[in-house]
Amino acid sequence: MAAAGLALRGALASGAAVAVRRRGGLWSCLSPLPAAPRRSAAHFAFQPDPAPSAYGQTQKMNLFQSITSALDNALAKDPTAVIFGEDVAFGGVFRCTVGLRDKYGKDRVFNTPLCEQGIVGFGIGVAVAGATAIAEIQFADYIFPAFDQIVNEAAKYRYRSGDLFNCGNLTIRAPWGCVGHGALYHSQSPEAFFAHCPGIKIVIPRSPLQAKGLLLSCIEDKNPCIFFEPKILYRAAVEQVPVEPYNIPLSQAEVLQTGSDVTLVAWGTQVHVIKEVAAMAQEKLGVSCEVIDLRTILPWDTETVCKVLLNGSTAFCCVGHSSQFRIISKLAEGTLCPLIQVTDEYVE
Amino acid sequence: MRKMLLAALSRVLQGPAAAAAGRTGAVSEASRVMVASRNYADFANEATFEIKKCDLHRLEEGPSTTAVMTREEGLHYYKTMQTIRRMELKSDQLYKQKIIRGFCHLYDGQEACCVGLEVAIKPTDHVITAYRAHGFTYARGVPVREILAELTGRKGGCVKGKGGSMHMYTKNFYGGNGIVGAQVPLGAGIALACKYFGKNEVCLTLYGDGAANQGQIFETYNMAALWKLPCIFICENNRYGMGTSVERAAASTDYYKRGDFIPGLRVDGMDVLCVREAAKFAAEYCRAGKGPILMELQTYRYHGHSMSDPGISYRTREEIQEVRSKSDPITLLKDRMVNNNLASIEELKEIDVAVRKEIEEAAQFATTDPEPPLEELGNHIYFNEPPFEVRGPNQWIRYKSVS
Repeated sequence: MAAAGLALRGALASGAAVAVRRRGGLWSCLSPLPAAPRRSAAHFAFQPDPAPSAYGQTQKMNLFQSITSALDNALAKDPTAVIFGEDVAFGGVFRCTVGLRDKYGKDRVFNTPLCEQGIVGFGIGVAVAGATAIAEIQFADYIFPAFDQIVNEAAKYRYRSGDLFNCGNLTIRAPWGCVGHGALYHSQSPEAFFAHCPGIKIVIPRSPLQAKGLLLSCIEDKNPCIFFEPKILYRAAVEQVPVEPYNIPLSQAEVLQTGSDVTLVAWGTQVHVIKEVAAMAQEKLGVSCEVIDLRTILPWDTETVCKVLLNGSTAFCCVGHSSQFRIISKLAEGTLCPLIQVTDEYVE
Repeated sequence: MRKMLLAALSRVLQGPAAAAAGRTGAVSEASRVMVASRNYADFANEATFEIKKCDLHRLEEGPSTTAVMTREEGLHYYKTMQTIRRMELKSDQLYKQKIIRGFCHLYDGQEACCVGLEVAIKPTDHVITAYRAHGFTYARGVPVREILAELTGRKGGCVKGKGGSMHMYTKNFYGGNGIVGAQVPLGAGIALACKYFGKNEVCLTLYGDGAANQGQIFETYNMAALWKLPCIFICENNRYGMGTSVERAAASTDYYKRGDFIPGLRVDGMDVLCVREAAKFAAEYCRAGKGPILMELQTYRYHGHSMSDPGISYRTREEIQEVRSKSDPITLLKDRMVNNNLASIEELKEIDVAVRKEIEEAAQFATTDPEPPLEELGNHIYFNEPPFEVRGPNQWIRYKSVS
C-alpha cells in the first residue's frame, strides 16, 4: 500500500502536485511536492466507447445530435410529450431540438418567455396533469430561480399528496459544466445543490451513447429528473449511437476499468480526464486504477462503489468540480480510505 | 484651417505689439471678441426642437413635446454618443482578433438611451443595468481606456481585470449584471437607501424586453410602489430578447404598462432629446416623493445579442439597414445640429477624428497593459478577514486571499 502511494507520488509529479490528506495515518511518509505548472486552458481528450451491437443500426452522432435523437424518439413514442424552454423552437442555442418543431408541431415544441421559475413551475403542472413534460433551462447557471420549484414542489409532490398526485413525468434538461470561456454564468455545475434533496433524480452522461439512453430513461422514469448535459462535449464528443430508442438504467454506476489499487469516481466531462489519469498511472507508476462513472448522482449507486472500496482499494480519488467532491466525501465517511481530490482547471 | 485663419486675423488686428503675445498663444481681448463674434455669427447658441409625444399610462401629463438644446449640450451629446459607438465597434474588432474573449454584448444603436438618461440625472444619482453595460459605464464617467482594458482583462481595467464585459462598476454605477432580471430588485434596494438617507437621489433601474417577463421584476414593482421608492424602472426595449422578438415572448408588448399600478411612459429611445426630457420628467416625479415610475425606451441594437450571435437569423438585414438609415441616434442628432445651425459638418467631423484617436489610444493601452498578477486571483472574497488560503483546482494549489 505504501509502495503504491509512493509510486503514485512519483508519477503524478510530472503532471500535478500530490499530497494526501492524513486520514488513516497510512500516508505520513509523503510530503507535498511543488505546485504544478499552470495550464491556461482546460484539456481533455474525449474517449469514445465502441459502437454497441445490441440496439440495432447506429449512426455517427455528437452529443447534441444524440440528445435530438432521444427527444425525437420520446416525442414519437409518447403522444403526450411536449418540449418547452427558451429558444427551443428554432432548435435551441446548442441545437439540441433542431427539426423537432417541424416534425411534431408547434403545440408540442414551443418557446417560453424568459422565466426559469415559470418554466419549471409550469412543467410541474403539465406533469401532474398527466402529460410528459421535457423542460429546458438554457444554462444550468440559470436554474436557481427554479430551485424553489424543484426542491419544494417537484421533489415533494408525491410524498405530500400521499401518492395521489406526482410530477414524475417531468424531466428538466440543462447544459452543464465548464467550457473554457464561460466565466461566472455559463460554466456552473450545480448538481451538488440538488444532491441532498430526496424526491428528484439527477443524471449526468459522459458521452452521446450514454446521453441518449440515460435521457430516455429519465423521460420514462416516474420521478422528476434533472438531466445535465456537459456543454463542452456537445460538439467534441462523437460516437456511434443507435438510431432506435434504448434505455440505460438509472442509479447504476458503470465500471469502465477494473483495478486493484485506487478507485477513481467521476461523472460528466471529468470521466475522460480520469481515464487518461488511469492510463498514465498504470504506465508510469504501475498503479492499477478502477474507473467508475457514477452516471446518476442522486440516488447514486452505493452498491457498486462501496463494493469496490470494501474489496480493498487503498485510496479513493474523487474527481470533478469542487461541488461534486462534497457528494463523494459522504461516501468516504465511515471507510478508512484516505481521500484525494483533483478537480478540473479553473473556470476562465 | 479656421483656427489658423483666426490666429492670422487676430495677429493682424492686434498689431505688432501683441504679435508676440499672439505667437506664444495668448489671445488679446480684441481678438477674443473677434473670435467670439465669429462664433455667434456662425452658429446659433441654442435651438428648440419638436420631440415625439410619449404614450402615458396612469399619468395626466407627460414630458414636454419641445426640447431646448444649446450648442454645448449638442456637441457634448454628439461626442459622447460617437465615443460609445466607436468604442463598441472597436470592441467588436478586438473580439474578432480574440484579444477580448468570453462574452461581449454591444450597445451600438442604443447610445441615445444612456446619454439621454445620464444628462437628465445628476452624478449623485444611481444607475444599475444589465449586461449590455459598456455605454452606461462610459456615461457614468469611466474613461474608455479603462473600459477597453477591462474587456481585455488587464489590470488597468476599471475592475482591475477581474470583472470583464458584464461586470463593470464605478461610483454610483452598480454594474453590469449577468443574470437576467436580477439587477431589478437590487435597484429598488438602492432606491430605498436613497429615500432612507434623504439626499433627494433617485435610482435608475434598467432591464431589457426579455427580462421584463421575469418574476422578480413584478415582485420589485410591488415593493417599490408599496413603499414609494424613488426608483425609475427603465425597460430598454430593443425588440429582441436574444433571438426572440417581443411579439413571441410577451403577452403584452406595452412594457410601459406592465407596472400596472406604477405610472409609465413610452419614449422614443433613438432620440436623445426625447430620452432626456422623459428622464427629467421621471426624475422630478420621483424626487417629489410620488413613488416609482416606469419608462419604456424603444430602441434598437445593430449587433446581435452578443458577439457569438450574428444577429441576422431572427431579423432581416433590411430591417437593420432601415433602422440605421432612418433612426440612427447619432445621425439624427447630427442632422438636427447642422440644420439648426448649431454646428457645422466640419466641426462634427473634427470631433469624429478626435474620438477615433482617443479610441485607438485606449485600444493600444488595453492590448499592452499587463494582466492582473496571479497572486490577486483569490482576493476580495471576504471583507476584512485575516488572509486565508483559497484552494485552486486541486488542494495543493493555493491562492492567498487578502481582503
